[in-house]
Amino acid sequence: MTSLPAATGKKLGLVIDLDTCVGCHACATSCKEWNSTGYSAPLTDQDAHGRDPHGAWLNRVHSYEVGDGGQSRTVHFPRSCLHCETPACVTVCPTGASYKRADDGIVLVNPDTCIGCKLCSWACPYGAREYDYDDGVMKKCTLCVDRIYNETMAPEDRVPACVRACPTGARHFGDLGDPASAVSRLVAEREGFDLLPELGFKPVNKYLPPRARKDHAAPSAARELPISAAPGSNVDRFFAWVDKTLSR
Amino acid sequence: MHPAYSVIVFTTASGAGYGLLIWLSAGVASGLLPRTPIFGAIGLGLALGLITTGLLSSMAHLGRPERAWRAFSQWRTSYLSREGIAALATYVPACALGAGWILGAITANQTAAAAWLAVCCALVTLYCTGMIYASLPTIRAWHHPLVAPVYIVLALATGGVLLCVLLAAYGRDLRIAAAVTMLALAAGWILKARYWTTIDSAERTHTAQAATGLGHLGTVRPLDPPHTQPNFVMREMGYQVARRHAEKLRRLSVALLFLVPIALLLWLLTPLPPFAQIILAVIALASATAGVLAERWLFFAEAEHVVVLYYRGGTA
Repeated sequence: MTSLPAATGKKLGLVIDLDTCVGCHACATSCKEWNSTGYSAPLTDQDAHGRDPHGAWLNRVHSYEVGDGGQSRTVHFPRSCLHCETPACVTVCPTGASYKRADDGIVLVNPDTCIGCKLCSWACPYGAREYDYDDGVMKKCTLCVDRIYNETMAPEDRVPACVRACPTGARHFGDLGDPASAVSRLVAEREGFDLLPELGFKPVNKYLPPRARKDHAAPSAARELPISAAPGSNVDRFFAWVDKTLSR
Repeated sequence: MHPAYSVIVFTTASGAGYGLLIWLSAGVASGLLPRTPIFGAIGLGLALGLITTGLLSSMAHLGRPERAWRAFSQWRTSYLSREGIAALATYVPACALGAGWILGAITANQTAAAAWLAVCCALVTLYCTGMIYASLPTIRAWHHPLVAPVYIVLALATGGVLLCVLLAAYGRDLRIAAAVTMLALAAGWILKARYWTTIDSAERTHTAQAATGLGHLGTVRPLDPPHTQPNFVMREMGYQVARRHAEKLRRLSVALLFLVPIALLLWLLTPLPPFAQIILAVIALASATAGVLAERWLFFAEAEHVVVLYYRGGTA
């Protein structure tokens, strides 16, 4: 079972537009909500109201500062399973609980046969797999396998929860194995790229780069912003005192 | 990488057990070891006891230990599965060796055949253990050709020290065992030193720029983390030991695992009263045990996973 299929019928996956993502975490929270009750249930948290709250989530949104000077920008970066074509997380699995579906290429964990050895999480460079400390098994993005084929849902809802939730339309779902599909055309138009391609796992999910900025001159024209109050001035110290007092 | 104590105990205890099993098997098959049943019972009992303790300890690492039997199924692709099968398979020739050596239930030739088969199975198991780590390109310090040889040689070295203790306690001539063990310890020292040198000097090829694919825009620096408390990925893969701390521990593990046991075994080559022999061998064993535990802890604590790039940027 952990042997990979020679080829998959479809290559279902996501295309994530880093140009339009606003880092609102709606994809992450809707993912957590859907998967707390669906295929991945229970998707548990530990010490939820205590000092060290943490839990298994299948989608995480980082925010990065990229570039320098006038050309620097903030890029929000959702990170989840990329449903690789040759995923090492599947081949290292000793039980066959991890598998890649031959029909659509979705990488799944069978929660009934996973022994929770965590080796798959070591094999994945993308941090896509999280251990469920209460359930004792590994959890990962299922590409909402319990939504996309669900005929009891309205057709517009038959997409992954993260795609449905994204308020800016930064997430796209489709067959990346079909060059004529909307997602494939989007990747071709916008020069979508793979994460860590040098590791050779051939991710199916693609990321679209932020568009070039037009609102700034050359990066050499570094403009110093006027500073109203020099650091250490009385005004600064006053606001620091107010902040400190109000924070008590 | 987070140093899981169950895995450290497993690899060191089972490692020493397989090492001892290899020396006992080779020794009895070549006629170098006493063929008395009591020595066989104590030696094989200790080897298989350590192996079994280690394997049980590794189950403590599992979220669902009751399903561990499923791990024997995926030997086609998984080194962890191969290790499980090889570990289980080793019990068969080891028990056959016991049947011949202790009970005399099979002929001398059959016992010798079982012994050599046990050597092969134990070596395969150790190789698979090393390859679980060496086959992961996501962890630079593990994806290294010396990782599996170091696992094998350190098992032989620690198992050899155990054999010296057994021979000393049994009042037998241990000079050959001590000499062979010193060779294994020296080989382990050379390989481990070489491993550390190459790991330290190797270029960090993975960058936050490649991890995010944003390198064409400039350097990538984390601004806001995705969550406020460490998640599983950070707890498991984000463990980092301070460099100064690691260097101190490296020196300590070299002294305890290689230097002290080699010195004591050299001393054991000289004529000594039996009681002194036992004391020296036991000190060598205690030292090597502490040393191999430190070495294995460092193997995990010093290893850096590519995924940390997403959390702390930089290179890995």
